[in-house]
Formats: sequence, structure tokens, C-alpha cells
Amino acid sequence: MATILTVDDTASMRQMISFTLHSVGHEVIQASDGQEALKVIEGKKVDLVIADINMPNMDGITLLKSLRALADYKFTPILMLTTESQEAKRQQGKVAGATGWIVKPFNPEQLLTVVKKVLG
Amino acid sequence: MAIDMRQFHQTFFEESFEGLTVMEAELLRLERTACAGGQDTVSADPEILNTIFRSAHSIKGGSSTFGFGDVAAFAHVLESRLDALRDGRSLPDRRVVGLLLLAVDCLRSLIIAAKTGKDADKNAIEAVRLQLENLGIESGVLPVTGKTSTQPEASTTTHWRILFRPNPRMFCTGNDPLRILRELAGLGKLKTTADVSGLPSWEQLNPEECYLSWNVELVGSVAREAIADVFSWVLDDCRLDITSKTMPVPTLSQRSVAEAVASIDAHTDTLRVSVPKVDALINTVGELVITQTMLSQLTANFTFDNLSKLFAGLEQLERNTRELQESVMRIRMLPLSFAFNRLPRLVHDMSQKLEKKVELIISGEQTEIDKTVIDRLIDPLLHLVRNSLDHGIEPPAERVAAGKSQTGTIELKAYQKSGNVIIEIRDDGRGLRHDRIFAKAVEQGLIPADAKLSPDEISELIFHPGFSTAVTVSDISGRGVGMDVVRSNIHSLGGNVEIASQAGQGACFIVRLPLTLAILDGLSLQVGTHIYILPLVSIVESVRIVPDQVSRPAGGGELYGLRKEYLPLLRLSDLFHVVPRSTDLTQGLLVIVEADGKKAGLYVDDLLGQQQVVIKNLETHYRKVDGISAATILGDGTVAMILDVTGLIRMAHAGATRPTPALHGHIQDAGRHTGTMAPTIN
Repeated sequence: MATILTVDDTASMRQMISFTLHSVGHEVIQASDGQEALKVIEGKKVDLVIADINMPNMDGITLLKSLRALADYKFTPILMLTTESQEAKRQQGKVAGATGWIVKPFNPEQLLTVVKKVLG
Repeated sequence: MAIDMRQFHQTFFEESFEGLTVMEAELLRLERTACAGGQDTVSADPEILNTIFRSAHSIKGGSSTFGFGDVAAFAHVLESRLDALRDGRSLPDRRVVGLLLLAVDCLRSLIIAAKTGKDADKNAIEAVRLQLENLGIESGVLPVTGKTSTQPEASTTTHWRILFRPNPRMFCTGNDPLRILRELAGLGKLKTTADVSGLPSWEQLNPEECYLSWNVELVGSVAREAIADVFSWVLDDCRLDITSKTMPVPTLSQRSVAEAVASIDAHTDTLRVSVPKVDALINTVGELVITQTMLSQLTANFTFDNLSKLFAGLEQLERNTRELQESVMRIRMLPLSFAFNRLPRLVHDMSQKLEKKVELIISGEQTEIDKTVIDRLIDPLLHLVRNSLDHGIEPPAERVAAGKSQTGTIELKAYQKSGNVIIEIRDDGRGLRHDRIFAKAVEQGLIPADAKLSPDEISELIFHPGFSTAVTVSDISGRGVGMDVVRSNIHSLGGNVEIASQAGQGACFIVRLPLTLAILDGLSLQVGTHIYILPLVSIVESVRIVPDQVSRPAGGGELYGLRKEYLPLLRLSDLFHVVPRSTDLTQGLLVIVEADGKKAGLYVDDLLGQQQVVIKNLETHYRKVDGISAATILGDGTVAMILDVTGLIRMAHAGATRPTPALHGHIQDAGRHTGTMAPTIN
């Protein structure tokens, strides 16, 4: 199965996401902000990144740009977690190279549907 | 696929409460920076606003995900308000910050309500919500919770024709036309034709670009929205035409989504431990395993030539065990900031209510202490700070008259000192007014009017039950829940509290606490065949008894004269009904112990040595016993009782008549004394 990186500053979201992905057999790497994300993926190949936008230290958009600058992450699917009201952020993410987004609130089933969509 | 979302609730609640604490602290900081220099509004530090916003946003996201609609709705209103501040559409002034603080309170009570399943005060919350909205910010669309599907409500049977021409750069966002086509195939019967006319010659082909486009015919019961949904991420990155061959037929099928979220919370106390602490633990265990391997190899073919190696190995084992113990204890340790961060808000609210100007300075909040101690320290700490604010700090006018600056200071300082954690609460107010305390004590019949007391003894009076000097009983202090409760709470944690005060200069309360409640530094002592443990902190000294110094006044009890001081002498053998090695006082030792500023001598057969013991609760395993605070298990497996020094001293003073009863009002209490149990961890 795939290796998925989930980046969110709230532990409950990370837990929910990784538990859900684990339950269908994916390997999940967690990070609590962009900086940590860049650190934990060193030397690893990640098939999909799911990142929040609002985070301390390094936000999701900056993470996105940094990842796209890495040769290994040029074409990796990167999904942003956004809320209904964040249309502008979604556009920023798009410009920075986001593959798509997941709108909060979402439930585990929706998450799996989206993940299946990008992992094929 | 059913995943029980309730398993994430505990984490959500914990981090939400942390988020609220952060918001509160940052709002107070905002008020300080924004309102400094007398101006009412100042453009605020964007980083502060960002942090506050982030917390609100996280709470909103989490609560809607985990099904707490009330919390999400309120968080949304709050978030909109914060967003306006962040964009500079409105400026934070005192009123706004005050309202935001109220909103934090509301959010907290909503989360508590979600956690406990009880109802929050709907009216109060509604009032704050209206105020938030009426600050001129449209609150946008409230998040809809319980919404579990983005599927369209209507379905149609139709024949679609789709032209899909991706931009060359589509791969660069991690999207892949193949994936999209595959997803379309999931919607219905698909007939796909690829248009390869855009392909360049081999030399010009850039493998990172997309040159193909597709014509797709889709037959199935599919709504236009469902098709658009498949392309939603790439709408800006492609040319897309969706045309239908038949008109959609609306249907009545509607997904009804009703999910009652049971907010019954299996309340388990959890502890968040930082990774380095766990790593340290694992390291130590690793070392322990190495030592164990070494020892078993050594003993497998043991010859006496290896004796020194064996001793070295055992020494290492001892070191590993100690390190392991320390790392495990460290896991229970939390920084004092968990208790301290409640205080800025208290000071803020109270100083406004009392119309005093106060600055709270906190230092050493990173000092760590056992979690149990923190939980039980919060109330006494709040009370001490409240006390300093109410009684210590003077109103601005009075301060100016006394030649001080208008703004008073309350300084909270924590640090570690020889196995104890010390917390100082220092104010630069008027100090303890000994004349008034004395007068009040006389009035309340605690001391005779002609009592001669040293300043320290007068200061001690404020810890007397029911004592209060507040001229008017405010709703802040002086409600009778006084310093005596503070002291007894701190005592129950195995600590003590002292006062240093200088009239006109301020007062300082010094709270001394043990690092942990699970392990005790004790002195083991022998009475007959029994071993008892005496907490090291309460021991003053040990002396050989000079028979001449023992007096037996009428009325029972024995007194021992030590350097002009008469101490009640307590024979542990009599108290616990054991047969001593000898009843001859010269054969044993007298251990002088002190608690609550009072001393007593305990007569024991012998002192065995100092050792650390693990505290085992006696109450849960047996019952409360006067004079015993807990039990422990010794190295050889026998059970030893840990003595309750406070209780013993009270018993000793109750048994012996003292020449100056006036100072010791506690004697009256001894009758209903039930013994202070040291809190324990099982």
C-alpha cells in the first residue's frame, strides 16, 4: 500500500486521518507543521501528502512550494485541507501546485474516497 | 466502513482546551501591547493575531469534523471576527479584546458541554454571539455539520459528452488525466477517444508535459455536478466541455443524514509526554538490557577471579535502575506553566474589578513537577495570587501617596532547589499589617489581648482557620475559605508555605513542594521488630536522651527539654502498640520532627538509614490510620508504614499540656483530627 504524509497542527485531526488510512493498510507519516514535514520525509518516498493550511512555523502553502521544488515531489499528489470559507487559500494552493483539496469537515469515508481517487 | 470517531474526542478536547489557553494568553498580550502607552487602539502584532486565529480555526475544524455543531458554529463566528482583526478591517481595543475573552469563555463552556454531555448556558452564549456579530462583521455561512456527503441530491439518467483537454502543465500539480478518466469510468459506461494531434515530434517532446486530450462519452445515471466534481481540482488547468444529449430528470431521492453524536465520554486521565522523555526512557531500558546480559554471561561461568567484575556489574545495574526510575518519574512531570497560565486572566479580570493596576510577572514556569501536584496546586495558587491582589496591592492613589509607582507588581517565580520545587508569590503592596492581624485575632478570640508574639508568629495567624482581616467581605477574598485551606492543601501535597513580609514593602509567600508524590525520601527507623519510614523533610535532628531533661507534668504525657524548649515526647511503641526493644529512654534515640511550625520528639529504638521509598496508598488497601500517612514495601518484601508527621505532632500536642496554649489554637482541632494522608499514586 501507499505511504502517506499527513501534516496538521491539531493532533486529533492527525490521529483521525492516520487511523483511517491505517485501517485500509496505508503507511502514515505524521508531522505537526511544514518544517517538521520537510524533516520527516528526508530519505523517504511518500506517495501522497495531505496537509493543513493554517499551521505554525511553516504553513501549508509554503510547505507546498517547498515540496514542489524537490525533484522527488514534483509530481507527487498533494492535497490541502481547507474549509468552505477558504476559497482564496484554495486558489493560492492551486497556484503553488496543490493537486486538490479536501473540504473540512469530512468523515473517514470521504477521506478514503479522495485518497483512492488520487492513488488510483 | 465505520470508524468510531469517539476515539479521537479525548485528543480533540485536550488540544482544544490548550488552544483556548493559548488564545486567552495571547488576547491578554494583545491587550497589553495594543493598550500600552495610554492609546486605546494600536495596530496589533500580526503574529499574535495569527496565533489566536489559528487556535480558533483548529477548534472550528476539529469540532465540525467530530460532530460538535454548537462548538463549530460558535467558533466560526469567533473566527470571522478574528479574521476581520487580522485583515485590519477592525482594530482591537479594550472592548473588543474583552468581548473576545468572553467568547473564549463561551467556547470553553461549549466544549465542556460537548465533553460532559451536559447543556451549556445557551442564553449567555447567544448574547455573546450576538455581540460578536453586531461588531459589524458579517459572519458568512455557518458551517453545516453532520453533512456527510458532497454527492448531489438529484440523480439523472443521461448520455453525456465530455471534451477534456488538459493544460501541458497539469502534471506539475500532481494531477494525472489517467486518474480522472478512471474516476469517470466509475460513474457509468465510458467510451474514450484520445486526441493525439497535439503530440510534438520526439525531439521536442518534454516528458513532464501533457499533450493529449480526450473525447469521452458517458452513459449512466449521473448528474452534471457529479461529473464536474471529478474535474473540480483541475478546472483551471484544462479546457472542459460537458454537454448532455438528454434533459436531466429530477428525482425525489434525498439522502437523509442524521447522526446523533453520543457525547458520553469515558473519562480517562491521559498524559501527553514529549518524545525526548520517552526516548530517554527507551535508552535507559536499552542500557539495562545490556547490563543484564553482561551479568548473566558473567554468572554463567563464574569464578572468583571475576568477583570484581560482578561488583562492577551490580553497580552498573544500580545506576541503570536509578536512571530508569528517574526517567519514569520524569514522564509524570509537567511544567508549572500548566498551573501558571490560569493566572494572567485572573489578574486581568480581578484588577479591573478592584480598580487596581497590576502587572503580573511570571518566571520559571518551565520548572517541572509531578502532574498530581499540578492538578492540586491550582486552587491554592489562585488563592494566593487573589490574596496578594486583594490585600497586598494598594489602589493606585494609595500607592502614589506611599511614593510607589501606580502599577503594582505581583511576581510569580518557580525554581527547583534540592529536590523541592519552590514557588514564590511576591507582591510590592502594603505587606502584612501586623497590628490589624493581631487585633483581629484578639477579636476572634484566637489569642489573649496581652499575648506577646513575634512578628513571625503574628504572620502565622493568617493561616488560622476562619481568619480573615478583609474589612469588607468582597466577592474576591474574605469568604472564609481562607489561608488555612491553602496551607492544608499544600500540606496534603507534602509541602509547606511560609510568609516573608515587610510593612509597606510587600509580602512574599513561599510555597515549597516535593518534586513527586510517588517517591519519598525517608529515614527508616526501628521500633521493636517493626520498621517505620519518616519523611526526611520533616526531621530536624536526632538526639540521645539525657534522662534529666525528661519531665512528666501532671495531666499526662512526657516533655523533653531541648535547649530551653519543651517538646512533647511521643513513644511510637505506645502509639502503635508494639513491644519496644527497651522502655529505657537512654537506650533509644529521640528524633525531633517539625511540621506546621511545631516540633515534637519521637522516641524510637534505632535509626536504620536513609532510603527512597515508593509510596503505596494505605487508605485504598486498608483504611485510614492516625499517625500513618501511607505504606511502602521494603527491599526484603516487608511492608513498612510511613509516618504522618503532621498528624503525630498534633497527637503529641493533644497529649501533652503546653505552657503557652494561646499560640496553639490548633489544639482545639486535634480532637477532630483525622490525620493528613499524603496523596499517593498506586
